[in-house]
Amino acid sequence: MAQIDIKPAGWKLVEVGRVVLLRSGPHAGKLATIVEIIDHKRALVDGPSSKEGAVVPRHAIQLDKVTMTPFTIPKLPRAAGTGPVRRLREKNEIDQKWAESSWAKKKETQERRKNLGDFERFKVMRLKKQARVEVRKTAAKLRASSK
Amino acid sequence: MGRLTEYQVIGRHLPTETNPTPKLYRMRIFATNTVVAKSRFWYFLMKLRKVKKANGEIVSLNVIHEKRPMKVKNFGIWIRYDSRSGTHNMYKEYREMSRTDAVEALYQDMAARHRARFRSIHILRVVELEKSDQVKRPYIKQLISRNLKFPLPHRVPKSSKKIFAVRRPATFA
Repeated sequence: MAQIDIKPAGWKLVEVGRVVLLRSGPHAGKLATIVEIIDHKRALVDGPSSKEGAVVPRHAIQLDKVTMTPFTIPKLPRAAGTGPVRRLREKNEIDQKWAESSWAKKKETQERRKNLGDFERFKVMRLKKQARVEVRKTAAKLRASSK
Repeated sequence: MGRLTEYQVIGRHLPTETNPTPKLYRMRIFATNTVVAKSRFWYFLMKLRKVKKANGEIVSLNVIHEKRPMKVKNFGIWIRYDSRSGTHNMYKEYREMSRTDAVEALYQDMAARHRARFRSIHILRVVELEKSDQVKRPYIKQLISRNLKFPLPHRVPKSSKKIFAVRRPATFA
């Protein structure tokens, strides 16, 4: 019989300490932490931050308005106040981890691309063309040498 | 800001020669505004005592604010409710941030499960359940269990305005 490898499903769970990204509402695009689960559709979130404009005030939010991130603050006590949440978030370096993640980087480039002006879009097109030429050049060289 | 507000209404019978200092009656009433709150006060007081709006007065009316609106609490609510076939007493539990939220949830829940209207429900008592062993109902017990965690396995994204999409939407994320 063939060996069957069973891996646990890698669900990002709704739990106390889970860092979430708000998808809609006035704080869309900001990070917050689940402080307490209210019920199967809502949670109490808190997003203290030293950065201006990244603060999410403590409030209840529907879970379909958030996306789970792979990050958690382990051992966050249930219903922790804003102070401990801030301290533990800094201690676990959630903001650095988030900034390094490919998800955040992709989000940032998307945001930047969206706000480009006409001339900047033109520049992007030119640069993409140049990159494409370089790639095709090396590819042609490889093809020629392999013959 | 929810639909309902909690009011404290104090009223009494008008002073008469036989009774110059009538007894004060106080009620905590959940209502959409002060007009409804006063109306509900007279409605309940007429059921309990021989006082009506024509021979009584409202002494004071003020809003009761939630003491800790940023804390998640469990509430037990006792109600009396008139169904199509009779009157029933009920006890229900809700997990909410405030008393008014819990009562709002109760009205929605009663409307959903029993098609009950606002007029057919009397709220008798709203109590915050401070200890977890005071919680009786399994649907609240499961939410206060230790180390609660669960996945969101099937999430249907809000449909975009376009009719056709390049990719099928992913329901897990």
